Amino acid sequence: MADLFDDYPAGAAWDEMIGTDGEAQPAYRHVHSALAQLSAGELRARADTLARSYLKQGVTFDFAGEERPFPLDVVPRVLAGDEWEHVAPGVSQRVRALEAFLADVYGPQKAVADGVVPRSVIVSSTHFHRAARGVEPPNGVRVHVSGIDLVRDSLGGWRVLEDNVRVPSGVSYVLSNRRAMAQTFPELFATLRIRPVVDYSRRLLAALMAAAPAGVDDPTVVVLTPGVYNSAYFEHTLLARTMGVELVEGRDLYVAGGRVWMRTTQGRRRVDVIYRRVDDEFLDPVVFRSDSLLGCPGLMTCARLGTVTLANAVGNGVADDKLLYTYVPDLIRYYLGEDPVLPNVDTWRLEDPGALEEVLDRLPELVVKPVDGSGGKGLVVGPRATRAELDELRGRLREDPRGWIAQPVVQLSTVPTLVEDGLRPRHVDLRPFAVNDGDSVYVLPGGLTRVALPEGQLVVNSSQGGGSKDTWVLGGRVPRRAPGSGQSAPQTVPKDASVPIDSNPSDRRVQVMQQQQTLADGGTTC
Amino acid sequence: MLSRIAESLFWIGRYVERADDTARLLDVHVQILLEDPWAEEDLACRSLLSVMDRPVPPDHVEVGREHVLDVLGYDRFSPSSIAGALVAARENARRAREIVSTELWECLNASWNQLPSQMRPARPHDYFTWVRERAAIVTGIMESTTSRDETWHFLVLGRAIERADMTARLLTTRALLGSAGPGWSTLLRSCGAHEAFLRTYRGTASDERAAGFLLLDRLFPRSIVYALNEAEASLTALEPVADRAGIDDARRHIGHVRSNLEYRPLLEILDDLPREMELVQRACSAASDAIRGRYFPSGAELTWVGEAL
Repeated sequence: MADLFDDYPAGAAWDEMIGTDGEAQPAYRHVHSALAQLSAGELRARADTLARSYLKQGVTFDFAGEERPFPLDVVPRVLAGDEWEHVAPGVSQRVRALEAFLADVYGPQKAVADGVVPRSVIVSSTHFHRAARGVEPPNGVRVHVSGIDLVRDSLGGWRVLEDNVRVPSGVSYVLSNRRAMAQTFPELFATLRIRPVVDYSRRLLAALMAAAPAGVDDPTVVVLTPGVYNSAYFEHTLLARTMGVELVEGRDLYVAGGRVWMRTTQGRRRVDVIYRRVDDEFLDPVVFRSDSLLGCPGLMTCARLGTVTLANAVGNGVADDKLLYTYVPDLIRYYLGEDPVLPNVDTWRLEDPGALEEVLDRLPELVVKPVDGSGGKGLVVGPRATRAELDELRGRLREDPRGWIAQPVVQLSTVPTLVEDGLRPRHVDLRPFAVNDGDSVYVLPGGLTRVALPEGQLVVNSSQGGGSKDTWVLGGRVPRRAPGSGQSAPQTVPKDASVPIDSNPSDRRVQVMQQQQTLADGGTTC
Repeated sequence: MLSRIAESLFWIGRYVERADDTARLLDVHVQILLEDPWAEEDLACRSLLSVMDRPVPPDHVEVGREHVLDVLGYDRFSPSSIAGALVAARENARRAREIVSTELWECLNASWNQLPSQMRPARPHDYFTWVRERAAIVTGIMESTTSRDETWHFLVLGRAIERADMTARLLTTRALLGSAGPGWSTLLRSCGAHEAFLRTYRGTASDERAAGFLLLDRLFPRSIVYALNEAEASLTALEPVADRAGIDDARRHIGHVRSNLEYRPLLEILDDLPREMELVQRACSAASDAIRGRYFPSGAELTWVGEAL
């Protein structure tokens, strides 16, 4: 019998599901056999169900003026439990190191004095804000939420591609992907123990509450959104809704008497913690861009006074600068005294002696990224660029070596993905999300897997035609239910104790008549 | 208004609400069985059948979700199944056709017409969604086209009593199945109460508060106390002049069970939830009988009542 994987090509890159021998990898065995039982038509039908459920829920993005469902692939990505036990501590280690680094940068700058990071790297970063110096986060947390982008080129071969500690987005897709997949593949969820992700909102709220200014008993948390036209607006509403907090825009807030207030029908209400999804530059027109309509004048003053907590903190961008990225393994050793669990991708700093020449020489085989970009903006993949593009790039690198880094092309792993011709290998990356509540760093099991839909494409960003996959981490070590929690044994109601369900007495006669009629009908046709 | 018409209105309210609530209850139930590899299907189905007052098959017969769906979802002849309730609602509307607004009648009739094509889809969830939507349309039409006279009060009275009764049954399934049953957040979701609950208590949600929300919340329309209050308000509107002492039977049953819930510590109620919920169901049933005795007396039907109970 022909199955869906019969003509699955062995790609150039390492495939996570199908090994070189054509057998499914252990973690995928179940998913593989379940998918192999489906016909191509059935798989398409399920994919349609997914798309329709997204249209209905409004999980869409704007494509040339038309609302398209957010692309969620029908084939999940599966990670074995023990693999996750390697990734999660690595992510949390990285977050802890960046947290320590930020506290240092906006404080004593010991790392500079000790020669770990050059001062020039810090002060030349576009996201280093002097205004953030002296803003002391109440529980010491600056990176409440982070997304660490990972890639892998083999089993266990995980590497960090970049850090996002400003306003990482995408977690809403993790939550909604999971819901949609659970409705589409109930049978897989029934047999596999997939670690749940629903906890995220609760954890996030707990972390935000823990970050409240000292002395506030019942903190008011809000989510600050730029507004309905923001591409991540869906995420902002989902987070506010599932946390049960207000979703505010800049114009809903004002500052008076050194505190932040929101305008409500009941008069003003104090705001203690702002989970802001507005970039630093737009947050406070007094300190940053004076033409910003998205922020609220005076926020930074309140943050400095300690009457409001901004999450994530202002000025975090210095830690996810791509040049600083090259120093992170050193920072981990310096601050934590640990060896990095997850290595970096090899990177050239163009300001190092000789590096610029080497990079200019080998430009056609390298990937070059601007240091302050995100979302694949300005990135150039050498092997895919035209000669003219490369020449233009050479000029820009010479002009501003601080502004760029260069990396070898990483062969991202592939996962089978449903495209026009059926299941085909497509490159993926992974963005796990971490929440820091001051005591520990919680890493959401799985994360957002982004997939590059055009064949051979290595840039997986959703703003560049990328899709997503639900990411399943197997092996729930944590029991889903606390055993022996009181009334655990199911009981049935004693028969005489069940309360009858009433019906209109005058209906009963009708029923009897109906039943008699149907009986009579049956009799005549026989 | 004719007693017979009033009775039909009362039962339209009850049947539509019953279809809606049963769909919600079954949706949760089926979802749990699908998603949870540890669910004891046989036991869960048996207790659901017994809570819903349906005959439970003998012990040696394995009861699965198909059976439950057949009995509680697709049985057109029993008014305690979804399909049966929709059929019965339409029958009642037909009897009160001259009082019921045309829009409402057409809506109930359309549900009845569509029923055969909606039943037994590949995903039961689709059927439940359809039922909930039909019920929502009925409520919307009622709301916008019914004068707030007796017609309205009888419709609302039926709906409120049924809602209290069914929410009590929903909570019983949770109590009976213990930790093998749906979690509180699933129950809240099935009542459409999850987001309202989160907004009320924000992150500090606990099982206790979730139970309290469905039992006692005075502002959420699907909580038992809210529904009982609504029933009381309708009864008062139907008969505003109260005696100087004493109170009529229907109001007494409802008020008694409501204050029993409201004026006791929540933990005490939770300790013996199935028993408390049974009291609610019995009170609803007794109130329904009292209403019949007071407003819909009819010699011929009284004998039927005597036989049925």
